[in-house]
Amino acid sequence: MMARIFLFLGLSFAMLFAAGAIEGEVEKQSLNMSAIVMFLLFVGGTLGITYWAAKRTKTAKDFYTAGGGITGFQNGMAIAGDYMSAASFLGISGLVYLKGYDGLIYSIGFLVGWPIILFLIAEQLRNLGKYTFADVASYRLRQTPIRTLAASGSIATVILYLIAQMVGSGKLIQLLFGLNYEIAVILVGVLMILYVTFGGMLATTWVQIIKAFLLLSGATFMAIAVMAHYDFSFGALFATATEMKGIEIMSPGGLVSDPISAISLAVALMFGTAGLPHILMRFFTVGDAKEARKSVFYATGFIGYFYILTFIIGFGAIVMVFKNPEYLDLAKQAIDGGSPILGGNNMAAIHLSHAVGGDFFLGFISAVAFATILAVVSGLTLAGASAVSHDLYASVIMKGKADGMKEMRVSKIATVVLGIVAIAMGIMFEKQNIAFVVGLAFAIAASANFPILFLSMYWKKLTTRGAVIGGSLGLATAVLLVILGPIVWVQILGNEEAIFPYKYPALFSVTVSFVGIWFFSITDKSDDAKKEMEAYEAQFVRSQTGIGAEGAVDH
Amino acid sequence: MEQSVVDKVKNDPNFKTLVSERSKFAWKLTIAMLVVYFSFILTIAFNPSALGAPLGDDTVTTVGIPVGIVIIIFAFILTGIYVRRANTEFDDLTAKIKENAKGE
Repeated sequence: MMARIFLFLGLSFAMLFAAGAIEGEVEKQSLNMSAIVMFLLFVGGTLGITYWAAKRTKTAKDFYTAGGGITGFQNGMAIAGDYMSAASFLGISGLVYLKGYDGLIYSIGFLVGWPIILFLIAEQLRNLGKYTFADVASYRLRQTPIRTLAASGSIATVILYLIAQMVGSGKLIQLLFGLNYEIAVILVGVLMILYVTFGGMLATTWVQIIKAFLLLSGATFMAIAVMAHYDFSFGALFATATEMKGIEIMSPGGLVSDPISAISLAVALMFGTAGLPHILMRFFTVGDAKEARKSVFYATGFIGYFYILTFIIGFGAIVMVFKNPEYLDLAKQAIDGGSPILGGNNMAAIHLSHAVGGDFFLGFISAVAFATILAVVSGLTLAGASAVSHDLYASVIMKGKADGMKEMRVSKIATVVLGIVAIAMGIMFEKQNIAFVVGLAFAIAASANFPILFLSMYWKKLTTRGAVIGGSLGLATAVLLVILGPIVWVQILGNEEAIFPYKYPALFSVTVSFVGIWFFSITDKSDDAKKEMEAYEAQFVRSQTGIGAEGAVDH
Repeated sequence: MEQSVVDKVKNDPNFKTLVSERSKFAWKLTIAMLVVYFSFILTIAFNPSALGAPLGDDTVTTVGIPVGIVIIIFAFILTGIYVRRANTEFDDLTAKIKENAKGE
């Protein structure tokens, strides 16, 4: 039955592409057969993995954590896969292309959260949790309110992130393959539903690993090709780049202008990373704390290496794509002047792949970009579905009495629903300005998810009341300040001046959250609060030693 | 977990060593990362020209480029330092604690 579904879908996709390809040819872009062939190979291969994974995914534990048998190296690669989204590949290289040094500032912010995750939460998370980070947050607190809040934070983060990925993917695919936007979004949604519902965490993990490998190889090749042009001299590369774009690309520009914004962005990126549900969930796929630590070590290495590559790629695009008549958007130039490139600045890396490797390599990088989107949305959806099934259904509604099979079924239904929501949102937001959504996702993760998780591990006096009130205040503050800030209030709603002057609310919303949790915990004199504090000791022993932790590999 | 196990582990001197050594180590590394990163970010906010200064007379490469790359490498090395000590010393201690907790 399943094999037949896969066969049918495979054929339909092949037909879709054939149609799209013809359309593309008729329009203007040269038909890129290699992109389509490589993309079909990736989809075919990953559906094969999904089929294999489906046969091994029998229990809820398999579904949520791939049975807990992923190694540290594999998980490190998969975490890197989760984190190196198409937004960071195309977006950061595009930012470097546009502003030079500012792109590097951004990527450093995205990286430095990782060591902190390792030092302070990775192993404790592994020792205390089972499937979701809410397991840890609610370990000694009241299940219903804490799980509800944690699940809301997770689902909000996941949906916002999904919107950004879906809209980005629709536009990217439209540009690369000449497919219609709606079809592209539906295609991504359907593939993701297949990976997650049938293959669960095992398929999702392997899709991430393959994609991370392809992305790192492709980016390495591009960076080497660029450097080879300049005899591997950075000085020569930068010299040519400044001749084309001016000396200011070598220094910090206007990305972070005032100290408050700078610190607020830093807080959002650091604590936000440590509060992303799809990232936190990855720590439950390894057997023990040792493997959890290794995961972060490898992930930090891969991600850091990747950011160095994107920096070189951005500069490569300045010297090889900028002002190159082949990539010039003539229509746009006629209106706005300057030297705009086809598809906008975020296409810099894609055009560079063509400049260094011709049609074949362009095809490869396009297929990798698409694979990246698929992998990231799968990880996100799995995390969102787990919040629904494990936190809301099994713990809040069934009070922990749901059986594994039923819970897994709810999870699959939630996956399908989230997939449909993602498709609908992707189509709805096509023409909207979505610049704020990833920032908002990070702000929510940093202000609602992270403080509760962190304090539940380290602060004995945390009580349910404190966590719920403080976490909700943090969440509300983050959302409110984003709405009142310059992006939504001025750029989207068209008001004259922002009520809240900063683009990044995290500094304020995280502070509100921590202070709120602290205040409403220490003033909580209830009997429950006393019990919760007493339970800290046993939790602390387990978090430090792993005694009693959800078993390592059990088969 | 039973209270008896909790008490036993809590009173195990190995546990006290593990907790104090590990948390000291983890916080030291965390602070190292935060100091490096916030110095970088605050330099950008208050004195961006420090990072924009060229490395030499005959080059356009600025101080900021090696500084940025070094921060990336620094972050990776810090994780390596932590993992190395945790996977040997701390895990040995943990193994001893688990052994003591099991046996009467």
